[in-house]
Amino acid sequence: MDRFTTLTAVAAPYEPANVDTDQILPARFLKMPRGNGKHYGGFLFHDIRFADDGAENPGFVLNRPEYRAARILVGNTNFACGSSREGAVYAFLDAGFRAVVAPSFSDIFFNNCLKNGVVPVRLPDADCAGLRALLAARPGTEFTVDLEAQELRVPGGAVHRFEVDGFFREMLLKGVDEVGLTIGLLAEIEGFERRHHAANAWAAR
Amino acid sequence: MSAPRNPAPRTLFDKIWDAHVVLSRGEQCLLYIDRHMVHDGSFHAFNMLHSRGLKVRRPSQTFGVPDHYVPTHGRSAADAATPEIRRMIETLESNLEANGITRYALDDERQGIVHVVGPEQGITLPGLTLVCGDSHTSSHGALGAFSFGIGQSENLHVLATQTLWQTRPRTMRIRVDGRLGAGATPKDVALAIIARIGAGGAVGHVIEYAGEVFRAMSVEGRLTVCNMSIEAGARSGLVAPDDTTFAFIAGRPLAPKGAEWDRALAAWRALPSDEGARFDSEVALDGGAIAPMVTWGTSPEDALPIDAVVPDAKPQALAYMGLVPGTRLTDIAVDRVFIGSCTNSRIEDLRAAAAMARGRKAVVPTLVVPGSGLVKRQAEAEGLDRVFREAGFEWRHAGCSMCVGINGETGRPQERIASTSNRNFEGRQGKGVRTHLLSPAMAAAAAVTGRLTDIRAMG
Repeated sequence: MDRFTTLTAVAAPYEPANVDTDQILPARFLKMPRGNGKHYGGFLFHDIRFADDGAENPGFVLNRPEYRAARILVGNTNFACGSSREGAVYAFLDAGFRAVVAPSFSDIFFNNCLKNGVVPVRLPDADCAGLRALLAARPGTEFTVDLEAQELRVPGGAVHRFEVDGFFREMLLKGVDEVGLTIGLLAEIEGFERRHHAANAWAAR
Repeated sequence: MSAPRNPAPRTLFDKIWDAHVVLSRGEQCLLYIDRHMVHDGSFHAFNMLHSRGLKVRRPSQTFGVPDHYVPTHGRSAADAATPEIRRMIETLESNLEANGITRYALDDERQGIVHVVGPEQGITLPGLTLVCGDSHTSSHGALGAFSFGIGQSENLHVLATQTLWQTRPRTMRIRVDGRLGAGATPKDVALAIIARIGAGGAVGHVIEYAGEVFRAMSVEGRLTVCNMSIEAGARSGLVAPDDTTFAFIAGRPLAPKGAEWDRALAAWRALPSDEGARFDSEVALDGGAIAPMVTWGTSPEDALPIDAVVPDAKPQALAYMGLVPGTRLTDIAVDRVFIGSCTNSRIEDLRAAAAMARGRKAVVPTLVVPGSGLVKRQAEAEGLDRVFREAGFEWRHAGCSMCVGINGETGRPQERIASTSNRNFEGRQGKGVRTHLLSPAMAAAAAVTGRLTDIRAMG
């Protein structure tokens, strides 16, 4: 996972509430390989972004020239609900996004973001609405997501405080490999497992 | 000597969570995972595992079954719709074999949808933690297990360590008392709850379903409701284990046996929430007010009783669905019907659909896909397959099929499908496809009338 400290980049507004991961990454792309030069960036919002003939839908926000360079998305409530597909995060990441701002996220998507170095920023509903309105009014505006200070900064001075759980913030800031960290705790896991299975033999396999 | 301290009353969820915390780092708990189920969409996790040179740490606690990509008209990977889809099934097979994981292969009668197979095989037990790389893992909470869907990185983490870093979710109790209204089924209870609290209403929460309606409900019905918990945003759904649960589990292949069963039963009887246990939020519905439901929009929260009209709301959803406000839901004609999915493909679902199909004829193409090979066998033993065939329904092999369509079974653009599945999202059943979610009986009624139908008027 690439570490994340501070990102200053164009932000794009995404208005609909309850956007589901089927919209972010249509299911037919789930079987696509990733790695070795293959990536998911082209699948992001595919069926909204492209017409049936493959041409870009000019009305779609990420197709507008001012948002082409966007690396931050400001969404709405219950962002990325539905399917657990991590490919939805791969699609954002591979399309250049490193932060998603929303009033609330689906739990699975939120966790998937943390594992891939995409920062999920939770801000109050009204703040997100204000940020989306600002971006719509002034396309191309750059925001700064500062994970160390836990601040989202808007040009002109507005500062929005957010919180990312300390454990995951540390991992993101340092680019810690979570699996490696847990493998380092194997002695504790084994000890727990022995006690757990001794006390609940019916649960052991 | 001091008097024994009364421990604070705990919820069912609290008890399971507390018993599985290996250690904590701030707000994060390293949670021990008792059971891990994998399917044919889990290839990223296995790729990451192998590229790191790691092994599956606890293969005996890991179970694999292909379901998302499997063909339903044959039982060989060679029946798959395309070579890429075939490769998904074969990749799972080789990953399971290479890692010594118990597998229920495509040609094994025990194969089926992962959330049908878990409870059916006794993999799912009360008090356990169970995860799977699929959001509908919330289903297994119907047996009193804490079960939740995870992504591929978390999948990898469980394969490698048998644990997960998790934030403790909040708790929500949803009580449904009284007796369900005429024609209302567990699916209607689920849709009524989601319509009430919203698609994001339970984000960050584990729901415990309580009250007379759930006590009276079969395990199959509880599985349907817990399955749909994720459609309200919940991490998981739970129903306190009771004699109905224990009767369902007894004798399952992987259920405890003999003296072990007695010890398990004693542990399970201590699981239900204590009197006075505190939930972070409480919701109550009147079971008697729940009617047969159907969705009109593109989110499961867009659900109404079948005798309602299309509301004047969510214009984008209505445009996608090709619906006009004020239209009676029962005036909406459907092009196709799908009966199946991890929500509604168990034996009771098929019985309810068959009861409606018996002696009638489908007027639109209708697909019935059982949840597992064992459900299929049971249905055939009861003659349900004959009822379906005589009604002109297609009777298939087990799999996820048209719920998500990634085995190639999708609808056509603008096609309107009455479906017993769980998601009516845009494009879910194929690009441009319009999905109406409903119960198995309602789906069978739609099949024989060609429109959304109030089963209370079917006799």
